[in-house]
Amino acid sequence: MTWPLLIVGALTVGSAVAAMALRNLVHCALCLVVTFVGLAALYLQLHAEFVGLVQILVYIGAVSILIVFAILLTRGTDPASPAPIATAAPWAVSIAVAAFVVMLGAIQRSPALAARAPVPPAAAADGMKPPEQAPAVVTVPVKALGLQLMADYVVPLEVLGLLLTAAMIGAVIIALPERPVTSHRGKAEELR
Amino acid sequence: MSPLACYVALSALLFCVGLAGALARRNAIVVLIGIELMLNAANLNFIAFWRHGPNPEALEGVMFVIFSIAIAAAEAAVGLALIIAIYRHYRTTNVDEFDGMKG
Repeated sequence: MTWPLLIVGALTVGSAVAAMALRNLVHCALCLVVTFVGLAALYLQLHAEFVGLVQILVYIGAVSILIVFAILLTRGTDPASPAPIATAAPWAVSIAVAAFVVMLGAIQRSPALAARAPVPPAAAADGMKPPEQAPAVVTVPVKALGLQLMADYVVPLEVLGLLLTAAMIGAVIIALPERPVTSHRGKAEELR
Repeated sequence: MSPLACYVALSALLFCVGLAGALARRNAIVVLIGIELMLNAANLNFIAFWRHGPNPEALEGVMFVIFSIAIAAAEAAVGLALIIAIYRHYRTTNVDEFDGMKG
């Protein structure tokens, strides 16, 4: 485990814990931004530069702004009241800890992950495995990504564009004020 | 631990933090934030396995993460729109009080 990974990982996990534990929703959103920055740094460490920049652009630029707007739009009459935490929180935390213990045990006992531990001498000869020892690490040029997107992945790309358009229109329609559908709501009230 | 195992363990930790938050918090927006954290943990796994895998010159890992990020963005937009619509109806974002379909 290298120091940069340790520092960035601690920052990421610490801010994630803060985002999940803080009572003030705006603080949660700000800690989430720090988590996304840490994840982008992890992607950059893994030499996935394009994914790191996409992470910054999409998550820090768009998703966190969306979350901040949602927090502001759903602030009720009592903006100062802290967000509630369920009475079953100890159960939730113990479930998550149990899941983590199980996953950690699986990671430590996994032959696929452990087999890579003795590999570094051979892989270092390849000039591929440890990034700090081998500067000639494989980098992915953005041009290759774009060509691949336009060649092999063109159908998924189009489907994704359709999905994003549908999601955008759907989000706008869902978030519209309820006034145009008052008749439906009236029916629902009658049915109650 | 090998570097790959470190990244996978970090991703598992991030996933479990998101899981704990999504289960323990009662504010719908924080639940959505927890789900986003879990999605990001999965993305980190993809990138770590792609980089430390047998052939990092293949682009499948990066492509999968790019598509996953786009789908997560769509999910966040629709989820937050749903939360805003539910807030308009119930005047709360506490998931315990969304009991309109409770039998």
